[in-house]
Amino acid sequence: MGKAFHKPESMADVATHYCPGCTHGVAHRLVAEVIDELGLRERTVGIAPVGCAVLCYNYFTFDFQEAAHGRAPAMATGIKRVRPDLIVFTYQGDGDLASIGMSEIIHAANRGEKFTTIFINNAVYGMTGGQMAPTSMPDQRTTTSPFGRKTALTGMPVKMAELLSALETPAYIAREALIKPKYINRAKKAVHKAFSYQVANTCFSLVELVSTCPTNWGMTPVDALKWAEDKMLPYYPLGEYKTPEAGRLNPAAGRKHAE
Amino acid sequence: MGKVLMKGNEAIAEAAIRAGCLNYFAYPITPQSEVAEYLSKRLPEVGGVFLQGESEVAVSYMIFGASACGERVFTTSSSPGISLMCEGISYITAAECPAVFVNIMRGGPGLGGILPAQADYFQAVKGGGHGDYRLLVLAPASVQEAVEMVMAAFPLAETYRNPVMILGDGLIGQMMEPVEFPDTLKSAPSNKDDWATSGMGTRASGRRNLVRTLYLVPEQLNAHNLKLRAKYERMKAEQVRSEGYNLDGDYRVLIVSYGTMSRVCRTVIDTLKQQGIEVGMVRPQTLFPFPRAAVHAAASKPSCRSVVSIEMSMGQLVEDVELSVLGARPVHWYGKCGGEVPTPEEVLDEVMKLL
Repeated sequence: MGKAFHKPESMADVATHYCPGCTHGVAHRLVAEVIDELGLRERTVGIAPVGCAVLCYNYFTFDFQEAAHGRAPAMATGIKRVRPDLIVFTYQGDGDLASIGMSEIIHAANRGEKFTTIFINNAVYGMTGGQMAPTSMPDQRTTTSPFGRKTALTGMPVKMAELLSALETPAYIAREALIKPKYINRAKKAVHKAFSYQVANTCFSLVELVSTCPTNWGMTPVDALKWAEDKMLPYYPLGEYKTPEAGRLNPAAGRKHAE
Repeated sequence: MGKVLMKGNEAIAEAAIRAGCLNYFAYPITPQSEVAEYLSKRLPEVGGVFLQGESEVAVSYMIFGASACGERVFTTSSSPGISLMCEGISYITAAECPAVFVNIMRGGPGLGGILPAQADYFQAVKGGGHGDYRLLVLAPASVQEAVEMVMAAFPLAETYRNPVMILGDGLIGQMMEPVEFPDTLKSAPSNKDDWATSGMGTRASGRRNLVRTLYLVPEQLNAHNLKLRAKYERMKAEQVRSEGYNLDGDYRVLIVSYGTMSRVCRTVIDTLKQQGIEVGMVRPQTLFPFPRAAVHAAASKPSCRSVVSIEMSMGQLVEDVELSVLGARPVHWYGKCGGEVPTPEEVLDEVMKLL
């Protein structure tokens, strides 16, 4: 009997620099598994963001480019336009994608660029030391909102999946979470779908992954998982927000995440 | 092929295609939007890629992404747009990717104006973006020279794995002149398997390539900067280009001027020659590397009493002239930067003051 569980070929056999309890490792693994399953490693180019995942190319085993802060979707556009045969994905955090890179992601999605974005939403800036992100929750304490995020001054958290789904151009937009095995299984399916749409040259695809940052949230890994489920999931409903076949969907109205 | 009458911007666009560059990303800005308009029609005819990006910032990264795949790619813009691209340019130099940027300069600072200027000299030659980097900067003085420089720029960018900038003023882009296109370039970047993220499957080595600019270990970053510096020193040794004008006579004044401004200076030199007054000129064709030796030699001629930098900027070129003359002669400056090109009469008056 062969091995039932093994490290994906697309994943390097090294220890990561991520903090204990961080969900980046899970997200990396889902991407690597999907690239293996679809047989894409030889023609994939990943794009690393600026943020904790800036060194994520150390954990994958295929071609990679490293972007400036927020600019990964523009780089992916450049690659995909001149080499449509390549499989291209950006891996971006919430500061990178929803703050400084808001323009790049919206326009790339609206042009229908045929690449995939893995969007890690952990409601905080990780690498720079826990500053407030556009996705930080109301009253969430961060190093730049020491008294809690005051929405009267900084607005409400940005819902990227909903925002991008408002665009008319066909796309696959989903939000899943990495905080329980059942959610991770759903996330895997969404990532698989996202890359499959790219392989078929169908549309832009983005999967937002609700994630944790125990270090910068000041919590144990277990408490962080609970906080994400209690505080983030009600505000960031999981599910498919847009598919090229069905158009816009409304996961918030349709189904509960805690099935 | 014979001569054709073309607007500078369109000739630059056509030159890129003939240099084998079929990938163009850009954002509209006066006075160079004709490049994008021309290529939006022409590139689809030749199976190329035309994309109007959402901003110059995004465009600079589209260029980065495409060039990091080993594909020939270029963009054009004008002063405020180039300021936005400087972020991407810094990354592209750090990642050692080849690309061509064309700046058809207008007056600044700020929104400035839309008429010709040379006010981005420092930005092009001394940096612009953050960090220690250099661009190979070519400065055409005619539409014909712009064509030749664009076609030379791609192989140069690939040889040095560094962006090349064509620094032209608005007049180079807007005026029509007869041009003759050199033979089409066929060569493609040859060493790209060593560095380009073109997909592992395309390489015999089976090795994956990384294009990155982050070096967290100080010794590694220093080593990387020394490697880049060695490349810029190699450019200085191999790529300096300038043109002398009326340097045979016993001139008392030496002009240093480039681009459209140098053509006005030529007229002045011819006029004065008819009156029996000799004035010489060195016209830098590369602004980085700067033709220091040529300027120093011309300034050091025994008959030469003084040197004047004549530029459509408020004293930028003059700093490199001073660094070239090294105190051997007094160095003066004359310039305008509002979108007006100084007239031959104005330049003549300035030169007469030095005689």
